[in-house]
Amino acid sequence: MTTPLLEVRDLRIALDAGGRSHDAVGNVSFSIGRGETFGLVGESGCGKSITALSIMGLLRSPLSLAGGAIALDGREIQDLPAADMRRLRGKRIAMIFQEPMTALNPLSPVGRQIAEMFVLHERASWKEAWERAEDALRQVRVPSPERRVHDYPHQLSGGMRQRVMIAIALACGPDLLVADEPTTALDVTVQAEIVDLMAELCAAKGTAVLMISHDLGLVANMCERVAVMYAGRIVESQAADAIFAHPRHPYTQGLIGSLPLLSARSRHGRQKLREISGVVPSIVAYPPGCRFNPRCPAMTDICARDVPMAESLPDGGLVRCHHHG
Amino acid sequence: MADALLELDDLAVHYQVGSRFQGGVKALKAVDGITLDVKPGECLGLVGESGCGKSTLALAIMGLVAPTRGVIRLEGRALGARPDRMETARTVQMVFQDPYASLNPRQTVRRTLADPLRLHGVGDKAEIEARVADMMARVGLRPEHADRYPHEFSGGQRQRIGIARALILRPKLVICDEPVSALDVSIRAQIINLLMELKDELGLAYIVISHDLGVVEHVSDRVAVMYLGRIVERGGWREIFENPRHPYTRALIAAIPDPFRRSAATADRKARGEIASALDPPPGCHFHPRCPLRADVCATQAPALEPIADGHLAACHFRDRTG
Repeated sequence: MTTPLLEVRDLRIALDAGGRSHDAVGNVSFSIGRGETFGLVGESGCGKSITALSIMGLLRSPLSLAGGAIALDGREIQDLPAADMRRLRGKRIAMIFQEPMTALNPLSPVGRQIAEMFVLHERASWKEAWERAEDALRQVRVPSPERRVHDYPHQLSGGMRQRVMIAIALACGPDLLVADEPTTALDVTVQAEIVDLMAELCAAKGTAVLMISHDLGLVANMCERVAVMYAGRIVESQAADAIFAHPRHPYTQGLIGSLPLLSARSRHGRQKLREISGVVPSIVAYPPGCRFNPRCPAMTDICARDVPMAESLPDGGLVRCHHHG
Repeated sequence: MADALLELDDLAVHYQVGSRFQGGVKALKAVDGITLDVKPGECLGLVGESGCGKSTLALAIMGLVAPTRGVIRLEGRALGARPDRMETARTVQMVFQDPYASLNPRQTVRRTLADPLRLHGVGDKAEIEARVADMMARVGLRPEHADRYPHEFSGGQRQRIGIARALILRPKLVICDEPVSALDVSIRAQIINLLMELKDELGLAYIVISHDLGVVEHVSDRVAVMYLGRIVERGGWREIFENPRHPYTRALIAAIPDPFRRSAATADRKARGEIASALDPPPGCHFHPRCPLRADVCATQAPALEPIADGHLAACHFRDRTG
């Protein structure tokens, strides 16, 4: 077996609050091959974003890496000195964020923010870097890039800002793009365009994508494999087609069943949506055993007692449930 | 149409923006000529993206912004230029998107629900108490939580409080502005089911404003699609979702990522580019710069909202094209 581009093994992230350390993320393992698109799905607070930040080496207090390994091309990067990590970030792994307005520097023209990448990572001269910045804007289909390079972020629309973020992220041809809810702040028709653009550029350059989202539909369309997180654990991962056709974990089943999907009413008439009872548990009070047990329709005694182990599925996925289907 | 609960006739709300000293005052046509009605017990879905005017429309119906032109009629009575807020509040109420921002953090649930009753002249303490308890039970809140503050509740429970507050005066029409988009995905179904149950139990009419077409299809009897201040298409939910005639409606539907329907099949229906500024909308049909069907006429003439079939209207020069 070839070495995957990114391998996350048994990742643990601790949150320090009120003098205690809480287990925010644990037992998280997954790998992403070269050029592969991988989706990490979950609700707010499930740990998907901090998993992404840990890969970027950007965890800051009160969050910290408490264990596990993150390997890029087989080389562990979780303990790299800050200066080495800085060289990696932007060059080999890049990230785009949900809110482009807060991720961009408001005091610097967007062209400069793109050009900086070439100066820092490829030792280009500023003159050359500005020219390449214009090209980069053209690639993300910003109209009249020769004028737009001089614009400040506030002069651009939300969709244009996210295009600039993509241009910055892909400037140095990274091997892995981490996209954390890249289109959540955008309108739906604009979201569709940005997703298509990202998919197209990454496919053309062979960039692997780790897509983080709460939107199952989006991830299903964009990714080849999907992992579902709940309360700091991966509860299920499968090929995207399989996870929607045959979800194994009761949480995944519940999520998919609870969505009012387009054209469901045309086909089946209006039916009451399937609810997942209860609420997402708080990080300071995760239930013992399986963390989904208080909300689970298949819950039995063992679920409240024993933490379920990850079980491999025949077609390469995994599920973490005592009673999985 | 004497039986309509709410009628809008050529409603327009324009805001004056800018300053006389910097580039001059401009009219922002947030809502620009909308004719619409809602019947008792009906759910109207209102769809559109940011800047389309859907929230301004809601505020106008609530009597919170004054129309520039046109008439709003509630139960047949026209709201004047300065509508009586108290009277409007007994007929129309609103559920807001963000249950964190729309509840007073310093008021208990009991006070949040009892204040409107007191303001509207329910003086009897026992009756107030009974109605608060009844409403809490209806929205699925435990009565012993009446003395808790909003921060003690989860997002889903807070939205239940918001719904209870909207219903406590027994209104006939409730405007739900993005009622689930701020909630966790696993909580949304609970709130949607609750809204639908309450509608049937209490005989409510809803205007559900949402950008989530799955939600709109699920809850609506009729649907209106807005783009930059105008209605571009309206009709029964089945017509809108199964036989959309405006290219913008088609683009919206095509843009929804659906786990069971890959996007490649709908690529040719997608809109290009971005929504224009409402301050400076394109001439003719506002949608033409993004439209896959655009022709010369679209840039010069604004298409009128005209019928295709009974109750199904679209504002498109090519509304007869089905593809």
